[in-house]
Amino acid sequence: MMASTLARKIIARAAGRKSVTPGEVVTAKVDLAMIHDSGGPRRVEPILNDLGVGLWDREKVVLISDHFVPGDTDEGARILELTRQWAKNRKVAFHDGEGICHVVLPERGHLKPGMFVVGGDSHSPTGGAFGAYMFGIGATEMAGVLATGEIWIKVPGTILIEWQNRLADGVTAKDIMLALCGKLGMDGGRYQAVEYTGKAIAALSMQERMTLSNMAAELGAQAGLIAPDATTAAFLRDTGQNAADWSDLHTDSGAELLAHHVFDAATLSPQVAAPHSPANSGPVEDAPETPVDVAYIGACTGAKYEDLRRAAAILRGRKVASGVDLQVAPSSRQDQDRAEAEGIMKVFEDAGAKILPNACGICAGYGTNRLGEDVTCISSTARNFKGRMGAASSKVWLGSPLTVAASAVAGKIADPRDFLSDAGEAS
Amino acid sequence: MSGRVFLFGNDIDTDQLAPGQYMKGGIDMLAAHCLEAARPDFASTVKPGDVVVAGTNFGVGSSREQAAEALKHLGVAAVIARSFAGIFYRNAINLGLPVLIANDLGQVEDGDTVDLDLDAGELRLATKDRTIKLEPLPDNLKRMLADGGLVPHLKKRFAEERKRETGQ
Ligand code: SF4
Repeated sequence: MMASTLARKIIARAAGRKSVTPGEVVTAKVDLAMIHDSGGPRRVEPILNDLGVGLWDREKVVLISDHFVPGDTDEGARILELTRQWAKNRKVAFHDGEGICHVVLPERGHLKPGMFVVGGDSHSPTGGAFGAYMFGIGATEMAGVLATGEIWIKVPGTILIEWQNRLADGVTAKDIMLALCGKLGMDGGRYQAVEYTGKAIAALSMQERMTLSNMAAELGAQAGLIAPDATTAAFLRDTGQNAADWSDLHTDSGAELLAHHVFDAATLSPQVAAPHSPANSGPVEDAPETPVDVAYIGACTGAKYEDLRRAAAILRGRKVASGVDLQVAPSSRQDQDRAEAEGIMKVFEDAGAKILPNACGICAGYGTNRLGEDVTCISSTARNFKGRMGAASSKVWLGSPLTVAASAVAGKIADPRDFLSDAGEAS
Repeated sequence: MSGRVFLFGNDIDTDQLAPGQYMKGGIDMLAAHCLEAARPDFASTVKPGDVVVAGTNFGVGSSREQAAEALKHLGVAAVIARSFAGIFYRNAINLGLPVLIANDLGQVEDGDTVDLDLDAGELRLATKDRTIKLEPLPDNLKRMLADGGLVPHLKKRFAEERKRETGQ
């Protein structure tokens, strides 16, 4: 058998083929389709009606409400109502108000290594952290998938991104991704499959890996894969799934690659990206002195349990600087509950943070908390395009949840390493 | 089908194809401003059947479907480029706009009269007696394009399925 990549193995299986070649177009059967309240029912239902068909398999569809939660605008409330009705009529699995789709999907045990999955959201590559080939599609294509269970795909080549050694204290998966956006550019992924590998990646928890896969979208890749290993198996066991045989789910040595980049994790500093692109990134120590008005710990990229825990380690015993509005929107209810039980949410409250619902919030630019005119924000989200989180005049800097926490305390963009206690931040 | 060549360079992005400031104006408005940054007279002079020829990375930028829709709305018969940005490529096929890769664009010049033969995978330069080879599309995508895109393609497929069921 020819050496193959993880991406090609998954696509070949889904296409019912022994092997596939980069560049060829195949039709693949979808194992799972995820949709959310924004791009989901309100957009796909009219197309399904036009086609005059229902769902190909309701058991393979998962609907998650996150963009318009908590429905604090008239429009948002209306869309949520429509979403809930649709879930009832179409009888699909529905997670309502439980958190952000990319975090809830694996947390509720819907993802498994080797699956071929589509999501109605651009950060769908997050599923790649579990060794699934998952990518984002628009509403028209999603309607096509919901009607047929099939989609065409141009078989991607693989860009291998290897991180050697270990990340230093205070440096995270988010910093890896901001650095990669700066080094490779926002189309460095060329709509091919990115695969992360190396010692630094192997050492990361599942939630950190999810951040890597999530932001494959910012690299312009179609998918962002990580081969399953013991860490993956442990996560799946915790979410009530059986560990299957994944011994073949990896890129074979000698498989043809588009590129192989090698980086040193040990020398990486925390990164920040200046407005208005994740590619405007550089080491935090080189950033100009920048006072902030809002510090946002939220989004699928930046407010999972582990993000919260590590940000709290910086905030413990400290207060948010006066004039800074620290907002924390935990990525999922389950993650918030866990943080609550461990006293982490109390740390945020004591520091003076505002706790927001488990939803996309201002990352999607929805709701009443949108950034106002000329506001400067440091944010743990994935992208800082102009006007995305509020007024066009607002300026958003990106950083890890730790960097956001440190900046909230300092009142200006700050290096989280200056806030780590002698004992380290217990990563 | 015979038409005229409109020649562009590399990295034509989705903001040039569907300029952000006209997004609210609907497809008529967007199409009227399509590619004006690169070529102000494009939308007013392009005719149904004309062909856009470009360099590498055509359609780079956002995932907005309107970038492909604007070209289709103007009657552009196909975009032929050395390479395409992935999401634009997907959107174009699904909307029924033929997008074809040509590794060698040879001596194509702006304003050339050409015959596009999708079946044969050829672009014939009428005046120069030359043919440009296009990378062949797989049959499933050819059928989708011939039907006018994903939704009409599925409509046809489901109608045929229903006919077969009731016919038996
Ligand atoms: S949190 Fe932000 S990036 Fe994540 S799904 Fe919601 S809007 Fe998209």
